[in-house]
Amino acid sequence: MKIYFSNNDILKSFNYFLESVDLGRPNELIIKTRSNWLNIHPAALVFSAALASVCGKENTIIDNTAGDSGLYLDRMGLYNYSKTASPYSYQSHDPAGRFIPISRIKTQEDQSRFVSDLAPLLHLDQDKSQTIRYVVGELVRNVLEHSESEDGAFVAAQYRAKSNVISLGVCDNGIGLRNSLAYFYHPNDDSEAIRLALAPGVSGTTNRGVTENNAGAGLFIVKNLSRITRSHFVIYSGKSLYKLLLYDKRTNKPRINANAFDDKHSLYENLPDFHGTLVGIDISLDDTNDFNEQMEYIKQSFTKALNDRRKINYRRVKFL
Amino acid sequence: MKKIKVFDYVGEFGENKDRAQKIRKEILLKLDREKPVELDFKNVSGATQSFIHAMIAEPIRQHPETFFELISFSHCSDLVKTVIEIVSEYMQESLAGGVAT
Repeated sequence: MKIYFSNNDILKSFNYFLESVDLGRPNELIIKTRSNWLNIHPAALVFSAALASVCGKENTIIDNTAGDSGLYLDRMGLYNYSKTASPYSYQSHDPAGRFIPISRIKTQEDQSRFVSDLAPLLHLDQDKSQTIRYVVGELVRNVLEHSESEDGAFVAAQYRAKSNVISLGVCDNGIGLRNSLAYFYHPNDDSEAIRLALAPGVSGTTNRGVTENNAGAGLFIVKNLSRITRSHFVIYSGKSLYKLLLYDKRTNKPRINANAFDDKHSLYENLPDFHGTLVGIDISLDDTNDFNEQMEYIKQSFTKALNDRRKINYRRVKFL
Repeated sequence: MKKIKVFDYVGEFGENKDRAQKIRKEILLKLDREKPVELDFKNVSGATQSFIHAMIAEPIRQHPETFFELISFSHCSDLVKTVIEIVSEYMQESLAGGVAT
């Protein structure tokens, strides 16, 4: 396998990054840089770590010619997944305030620790950390419940203070969306599996829609949080990549669609066949993006969609 | 009235479904005996839909009438309130025979 890092592996152009990946010869991995300036989204890093985990650290090489810019790979922990020693020596210090290196989460308790550490590590106040904690909580839980990966979830994040955006990547090397949904939903291909995974009420663990443990709403909500904050969101599994495109700035608030394929998006269907699932997301923490308001908006859209289907007078829960 | 302090189970943010299931068991025990329960979210700033679902979906399914009479929620943040409402509404949709959520 080969992975090439260019000078701009961001979500907006993530298809180009994936098109350059070679997933042949799964017993070895070479990670190469192709530029002396690296701008790599955490999604690309966790994808690399997940693949390195498949073939083993002893079979993973990093061919880094990026000079000082390549230090980023070290700081984000990618060398920990490779037999190549880091060429960088520096005074290691607390990474708080900027990034969370690649972390592996295997259990719910790992997840809880990781989520509780997010805010202090990224130096975010409580209001601003709500979104990232919510998103990580849902995405990692999805991996632990559905991926059947022994390696768990690979997670990394970076906060860019200048743009006030958190970039997050969550990846697993499990069975992939199509296999996860195969038993109850029989998706025809990887794209159909992605569409189902993003739809409300679809879960790989049941065809009943809602069970005691699952409602199939996690990815639906996360994708729509991206949509209403005009943030980038990608999901890649099998040969397909779904890339949510930003809605027109002149639109006051975008419509929430049950079918993700009704959102403005790009779909790439002939990418290297990845036996796992990768989600990349950029979350804008702009002050105008109040998380409670976003969730309320999703709730209203959700409720409207339900009411359009059936006229139900919902009983209200009691808030004291 | 039995009061369950959610913070004691999950800390400041609810996302751990294993812990949600522990609370669910307590709720079901009380509902089975038709006893009221107050779920106190004091100091819990937020929770994921999955967490709230794991906590209250099955109690709503098993006790669709008494749940809304006997279970109350206190000290909820706006986010927690919103997520509780999402779950309670799609559960009622589900029970009414709708297709999933």
